[in-house]
Amino acid sequence: MRPKTLILRTAGTNCDAETDMAFQLAGAETALVHIQHLISDKVNLADYQILAIPGGFSYGDDIAAGILLAIEMKHKLTDALNRFVEDGKLIIGICNGFQVLVRTGLLPGKDTSEMAQQATLAMNTSSKFECRWVDLETQESPCVFTKGVKARVYLPVAHAEGRFTAPANVLSELEANNQVVFRYAESRYPNNPNGSDSNIAGICDATGKIFGLMPHPERFLTKWNHPRWTRVAKTQETPSEEGDGLVIFKNAVDYVKSNLL
Amino acid sequence: MVKEIEILTADDTELMCISREGTLSLSLNEMQTIQTHFGTLGRNPTDVEIETIAQTWSEHCVHKTFKSTILYSEDGKEPEQIDGLFPSFIQRATEEIAKPWCVSVFSDNAGIIEFDEQFNLVFKVETHNHPSAIEPYGGAGTGIGGVIRDALGTGLGAKPILNTDVFCFGLPDTPYAQLPKGTLHPKRVFKGVVAGVRDYGNRMGIPTANGAILFDARYTANPLVFCGNVGLIPRNRCEKSVEPGDLVVAIGGQTGRDGIHGATFSSAELDDTSESLGSVVQIGNPIMEKKIVDALLQARDRNLYRSITDCGAGGFSSAVGEMGEDIGAEVHLERVSLKYEGLAPWEIWLSEAQERMVIAVPPENLDELMEICEAEVVEATVLGTFTDTRRLQVFYEGTVVADLEMEFLHHGLPMPVKEAVWEPPKHPDMASRDEETVNYTNDLERLLASPNIASKESVIRQYDHGVQGGMVINPLVGVENDGPSDACVTTPVLGSRTGVIVANGINPKYSDVDPYLSAAAAIDEALRNIVAVGGTLEKTALLDNFCWGNPDKPDRLGELVRAARACYDIATAYGTPFISGKDSLYNEYRDTTTGEQRAIPSTLLISAICVMPDIQNAVTMDVKMPGNLIYVVGNTYAELGGSHYFNIHGFVGNTAPAIRPSEGKLTMERLSTAINSGLVRSCHDCSEGGIGVAAAEMAFSGGYGMSLRLDDIPTGEEIDADDFLLFSESNSRFLVEIEPQHQHAYESHMAGIPLGCLGTVSDTSEFVIKGKTGRLIIETSIDILKSAWQVF
Repeated sequence: MRPKTLILRTAGTNCDAETDMAFQLAGAETALVHIQHLISDKVNLADYQILAIPGGFSYGDDIAAGILLAIEMKHKLTDALNRFVEDGKLIIGICNGFQVLVRTGLLPGKDTSEMAQQATLAMNTSSKFECRWVDLETQESPCVFTKGVKARVYLPVAHAEGRFTAPANVLSELEANNQVVFRYAESRYPNNPNGSDSNIAGICDATGKIFGLMPHPERFLTKWNHPRWTRVAKTQETPSEEGDGLVIFKNAVDYVKSNLL
Repeated sequence: MVKEIEILTADDTELMCISREGTLSLSLNEMQTIQTHFGTLGRNPTDVEIETIAQTWSEHCVHKTFKSTILYSEDGKEPEQIDGLFPSFIQRATEEIAKPWCVSVFSDNAGIIEFDEQFNLVFKVETHNHPSAIEPYGGAGTGIGGVIRDALGTGLGAKPILNTDVFCFGLPDTPYAQLPKGTLHPKRVFKGVVAGVRDYGNRMGIPTANGAILFDARYTANPLVFCGNVGLIPRNRCEKSVEPGDLVVAIGGQTGRDGIHGATFSSAELDDTSESLGSVVQIGNPIMEKKIVDALLQARDRNLYRSITDCGAGGFSSAVGEMGEDIGAEVHLERVSLKYEGLAPWEIWLSEAQERMVIAVPPENLDELMEICEAEVVEATVLGTFTDTRRLQVFYEGTVVADLEMEFLHHGLPMPVKEAVWEPPKHPDMASRDEETVNYTNDLERLLASPNIASKESVIRQYDHGVQGGMVINPLVGVENDGPSDACVTTPVLGSRTGVIVANGINPKYSDVDPYLSAAAAIDEALRNIVAVGGTLEKTALLDNFCWGNPDKPDRLGELVRAARACYDIATAYGTPFISGKDSLYNEYRDTTTGEQRAIPSTLLISAICVMPDIQNAVTMDVKMPGNLIYVVGNTYAELGGSHYFNIHGFVGNTAPAIRPSEGKLTMERLSTAINSGLVRSCHDCSEGGIGVAAAEMAFSGGYGMSLRLDDIPTGEEIDADDFLLFSESNSRFLVEIEPQHQHAYESHMAGIPLGCLGTVSDTSEFVIKGKTGRLIIETSIDILKSAWQVF
């Protein structure tokens, strides 16, 4: 049986097709599901092992990025989400999905199931939307999505509200639990594209099963996505056509295969 | 609620008064035609009827200028009769070229070409100039929103996969005191337009990956905003039809008083009071449009509707009128979902409120359609039915408010005969500065820093070019991802290596010398950009977007004739068909107190789209390795009229780059095969600033210096002047980088093509060029050049 991934959609979701492709390439069975179908019980979240919240501008990011979808999930999918987490299933939020996970309180997460927000993704210090590739440093963490990921990964970001910030106690707890998964490799702008605290680009919950990140691994599925692939000498054939982002999705699929099926 | 418009008894003055006061933009001849028509009916038209006719007959909707007969005289010669610019030059070119991969041209909301076994591509470019002049953010945002709906309204609906945008603004350093009355500062327009396109495109999740930004003082009162969209459509969803009995269903946003008279407003000149016309600019909501796309593509794949079009200019009046043109339609305006109460029937009918589409739904499919719309939280309303009456019948709460014959509405427009003249202008010429200057380092830096050439990175980075996951050649390339790519390449079908290349060409400065050469150069440039990244002429289609001054003035129209003729000549010579196009005329500003009149430079944007069988063969413009050889391909001529080099020294000149399409075609074809057989490491076209600027851009983008000499530049005529060699903007030229081990293979592959080896890529940051006599004419470093270029 192939692991089943639910890719959540709503008004303004726009990275769903490439997230779908990423999970398919990783070997998952996927379904693009509008949140209305979960709310109306047409689709049952419990039938899936992975929940992916893709990038985009859910509900136009009105009020603040991801907040309306987060409220909708917290209040209309409370039980289903809690059970999903209790069952030890996997959740990944990319870009807008990360913003949603932070605003639901699922990230950084804590013992209670109250889903209270503890951190935020604020406006970039540059005050504008920016699209660029950045170097990331992979950290030691319990995150199941990043097992065996290279120490340094190059991925694109594209956002206006990506500055991770939290009170000092939350930050120190994150560090103490090794919940920081990716950091921007340099603290200077533009490689830290948004001015995040401690250069944080992605975090997981204490179990490592809920993962959120601002960069877009689903935009680096093949070598041709790399912005400098034409600089590699034509004679020097790279052994693989796979992009460095795919491993994150493969890890999720492998984890489900070994632990949840 | 409905007013009768008293025209039966009106004299000519009164007729024109009705047209003017109602923002109808109808000419006297047109008003008289309407008067005669209603005279035979024995009644006056209602406001709904006359507004419907005005929208349908507007320049914006029907393109009178491009269809009417023109008496054209050039340079004092005998007048010649042209039976329509569009049929004579644009459509004829496409017909003669007859590419089998053209699926639908000029008939639908966008042109359609073949992509692969499963899909076709649609491409459309629109302008939103007048709204952007008044309200830059809203005008530009709804510009991109509108062209996305064009793709969505083509065939049975295409998925938008790529946005392009080209802007023309006044000079950023214009002193406030020199601003024409009632106009916004170019910087304000610039910022607002970029933000509008950014916020709409990014929210829709469509990569914006190709474009250009140009500056000229004459765009100050009348900026230009071109927005383009490419869509992907299944091959079996490219045709539409409407049957009597199908339901008229509106889907998407609600209707308000915004954007009324957009079509007729854009068919008139701007003046110093236009800023008060805020209600003609629409209000955009990209998330609404995204929801429509999500819902409609599902409905399309389940075959739930038979035809679709967008509500653009003219709102429901145009959308329903066009869809029902051959059969008839009946619409009940009280059913329209409104933003607020209090709209008169004609306002509902004409509103250009955004994010609305009209589809023709067989009644048996309605429930399933409604189910999809409910799940996607999109409003859909049945407004009426398509009929077999050949009449457009509009009701409001049971009362007939319009009852028009489709025949009169769509074919009753009297076509004017227009006069056009063209006299070649004469400008002071500039001589070479070889005698007076020691070197051209400073000129090169000034060129790189000039607003048209300088880096647009600060704008490009605000657009999401990676969304949808298919981008393979970004708009910014090179060792630091900041060099100016010639074109973008994307793979719209994830997992496939078939790519789409999109590029553009635009050269309004040459219009000051000859609009023919400006148009020709725009085509040549768009094609060069396609070829430079690995595309081929064989698989390239073109779009034409003319932005011109008032075509009722013979000299402006004469320029249009010159440009349209070039389109025919050059497109047929290169074998690249036009598949779609649009014109925006009346781009003039009039100061009502002084009577002063300003037209924009005659501006033709050529957009090019090419299917690339294997993206693995793509190349970028950044140099790759020290020791590699730099070649110039194509002949250089002393052609600096309208060039940037002349421009920075305050001259226009008279010798704009000529077009030699048979030479150009051979050059491009041969270079294409060289690139696709892996002989070329990098390639950049020579355009603004000529060889000098192209070489500098390649060098600093790749992070290596260059050491070049000008003595081996192939020339089509004797040129001794170093500055002319370096900065001439002759067409059909490229710079390419070749690895030494491929030198022989490359040279023999290019045999018969003008070719010269200029020097090598160096392993330092030094950028040096020796002139024809061996003296150093450029001596600088790539760091200095790059920081000059990154002035914004």
